Amino acid sequence: MPDATLLDQVKDFANRANPYPVYAKLRVDPVSRQEDGTESGTWVAATHGTIASLLQDPRVSSNTLPPADRPRTGNPLTDLIVKPLKDWMMDRHRVFIFRDPPDHDVLRASVMHQFSRERIQAMRVRSERLVADLLDEKRDAREIDAVDDLAYPLPVTVICELFGVPREDEPKFHGWATQLATALEPDSLSDREIRDANSRTFDAIGGYMADLIKEKRKHPQDDMLSGLANEATPEGAKMGDYDLIATSILMLVAGHETTVNLITNGLLTLLRHPDELERLRQDPGRAPRLIEELLRYEPPVQFRTRKTLSAIDIAGVTIPESADLVLLLASGNRDAAVFPDPDRFDPDRTGTRHLGFGGSLHYCVGAPLARFEAEAALTALAKRLKAPRLIEDPPPYRSGAALRGPEHLRVAIDGIV
Amino acid sequence: MAPSSDRAVVVGAGLAALRGAEAMREAGFSGPLTIVGAEPYRPYDRPPLSKHVLAGEIPAGATTLPSNLGADVEWQLGSPIARLDRTSRTLHRADGSTLPYDRLLIATGTRARPWPNPHEGRLSGVFTLRGRDDAAALRAALAAGPRRVLVIGAGFIGCEVASLCRQLGLPATLVEPGPTPLGRVLGSAVGAFIGAMLTGRGVDLRSGSEVEWLEGEGGRFVRAHLTDGTRIDADVAVIALGAVRNTEWLDGSGLSADPGGVDCDATGFVLDTEGQPDPCIAAAGDVARFPHPLYGGRRVALEHWSHAAMQGIHAGQLLAGAKPESPYAALPTFWSTQGDVVVKSAGLTEGADAVAFTQGEPGSGRFIAVYGRAGRCIAAVSVDSARWLPAHAEMVAAGAPFPPQGTAADRPSKGIMVLAPGFP
Amino acid sequence: MSVPADASSGSPPGLRVSVDLNLCQAYAQCCYAAPRHFRIEGHEALIYDPAPAAQDRAEIERARVACPVQAIRVEDPGRGT
Repeated sequence: MPDATLLDQVKDFANRANPYPVYAKLRVDPVSRQEDGTESGTWVAATHGTIASLLQDPRVSSNTLPPADRPRTGNPLTDLIVKPLKDWMMDRHRVFIFRDPPDHDVLRASVMHQFSRERIQAMRVRSERLVADLLDEKRDAREIDAVDDLAYPLPVTVICELFGVPREDEPKFHGWATQLATALEPDSLSDREIRDANSRTFDAIGGYMADLIKEKRKHPQDDMLSGLANEATPEGAKMGDYDLIATSILMLVAGHETTVNLITNGLLTLLRHPDELERLRQDPGRAPRLIEELLRYEPPVQFRTRKTLSAIDIAGVTIPESADLVLLLASGNRDAAVFPDPDRFDPDRTGTRHLGFGGSLHYCVGAPLARFEAEAALTALAKRLKAPRLIEDPPPYRSGAALRGPEHLRVAIDGIV
Repeated sequence: MAPSSDRAVVVGAGLAALRGAEAMREAGFSGPLTIVGAEPYRPYDRPPLSKHVLAGEIPAGATTLPSNLGADVEWQLGSPIARLDRTSRTLHRADGSTLPYDRLLIATGTRARPWPNPHEGRLSGVFTLRGRDDAAALRAALAAGPRRVLVIGAGFIGCEVASLCRQLGLPATLVEPGPTPLGRVLGSAVGAFIGAMLTGRGVDLRSGSEVEWLEGEGGRFVRAHLTDGTRIDADVAVIALGAVRNTEWLDGSGLSADPGGVDCDATGFVLDTEGQPDPCIAAAGDVARFPHPLYGGRRVALEHWSHAAMQGIHAGQLLAGAKPESPYAALPTFWSTQGDVVVKSAGLTEGADAVAFTQGEPGSGRFIAVYGRAGRCIAAVSVDSARWLPAHAEMVAAGAPFPPQGTAADRPSKGIMVLAPGFP
Repeated sequence: MSVPADASSGSPPGLRVSVDLNLCQAYAQCCYAAPRHFRIEGHEALIYDPAPAAQDRAEIERARVACPVQAIRVEDPGRGT
């Protein structure tokens, strides 16, 4: 058994609460090869400059998924005829975070067209109301779990309302989303059990979405799914059913599994920096810059994977063609060459080009929503929690290394005003 | 670091002047600082003038640039400098008043090249577009609903004005002696795309044509006569023939200056006629001609927004004594908004012997064109593909092999096409 | 977008905004943060209000900090730059 590589240490759950010392070791070499038993190896970019460069390099592909290979059923007819057909359809209609232009751009443009400023502004007001209601429910409590009581239900409700998923169906998504989010964890792609579970989950959620899309075609409402199902972009692009199903699954899963970490990491960071919590309480106008600093300091998505289409010379090394890449966004955010005193949480930094939402063509679609929701949640928590104290520090973490955040965040309080 | 009793003067009050003054203060220069401008306005942003100001979306006066300069700066606006005496370190105005300096930043920029016949150029209805007042006057003329707008010269400003007229629903004719719009900067291979786009938006494009004279009636412009005998009736003529550098005030100063700019060394200090740098005087922005290290030391004067900002900062730091005297080597970049299409560029296309479409498809309206010279990338242009440009700018800065090799996302479906760039 | 013709008339001094359109890559984060002051036309042509009123400073601040390429510069005479 060879020594654990630094990338293995990133994935190691033992480092989940504080992966930053491992990232610092990785930054010693801006781009480093990590042995993974394959010929080309996995290449990790850990500095701000190399990550930013690779994010916008056309020789870098987002198509990192292995070919679809659905579980066999044992029924020869299904396995020989239906399975290859379904595999082929899945490969052709992947979610667009795993696709390159030009297809990617067409799908993304459809989403952005529906992600209108008016719709997002309406969700901003809605987020503030939802936060108020969620906190009112805990008015007499002496302890809250910031995850279960606020950070999870808020973005879930927002994304479901935005897409027009009926309220009573929301709970179905919780398990589906948790399962599908594993697709962003590198090792899950080579784990047969996880892949099979993902296939089955995709079928279940896909079946649900197909029915919902039919309903939205029959009775369109003012929501994104109705818009995507019935309207074309100004360029005349309209998604086919398979792309529409895949895209709505992507948006719903992302809405479930990312902003929760931003809000939870945010409250955790504020509780560890009580002076900043107090300053936010006194001046909610500090929220926007505080949230940008959070996206730098504790980004909800710690890294993303890519593949090279050609060999790339960068930072003194040559990454070969068809190599797996890990762009360690959270490490680039701690690069002292760009952020002086990078391990200090300082909302008053200026000119911060953090990598918390990635960059270039795949910049997070939901970024504006995430910012509004985090602002609504953190300003309300700062204002309304009386004498909040962390019960466990570090809190227990969820399993993901890429989508990283606390599983629970128990906070003792003297009440909620 | 300059002694704090030193007196610094910035001549010019545009973007380069402003960023230069800010950079001096940020670098710790605490002596008296005076900014002298020919126009009566604080530094303002020019790009919106040919777009949103002409469109009537914002008034010309709303374009004042943000700044962090404090009250410790003296503004002398509306008072052009007429002469520079380097022996006594004194600036002279036409009225005889003087202004001493110890450190001087030259940032007088350019003015619009006028119509060659001054009598015709003075006709009512004939405009140039450079400053705030020009934009306000042209806006008023467009708002009055002219029968037709004639734009002479299909450089960036000419093309922007012509597209804007179409957005306003005004008939527009664009006359250009070259084979395509933007041919001098982009070559005819890419210029043809811009021409097709303009034509598609209803611009009456007359490539390969020249205006011979402008006819007036009662002092008003009424029509233009082309050299081929064609007549174009119009109420408004916009002269878009490029810019002239404001260097006349340097005549007799002993500095190496002509209508092409004032010469600087690689560091940014101005050169005298003997080729010796004057360590008290730096220049920045459109007016500064300097040897660019990325282009083999070729002397260039760049009329680009980001260049004015970056070279202004460089010169300010230089004069404050805060920066090692290193060459200014930023990659030249610019953008232009033609209607709702954004054209951006990195590098200098001059001297290109080939052009290749490497990303997207010209047919789709979104693409990257890379310019090559002797097998190296020297410039890249994006059309509605801004997020692909930084990767190409890196290739240009590194002098990567041309045409680009290997597999990449978003390659044209037929592969990379290498064409003659079509420069005049 | 509405801009007073003359910002010097009685009301508190307004803001000054400029965007480095060389840096801008049309991420449109400013358009979500301050929809009355920023918009995108076509694929990536950003149009912005260079002189927003002082009372809109919270929105403008949201837009400024959210810009992924930090292309927005704001001067706020009421608060410094």
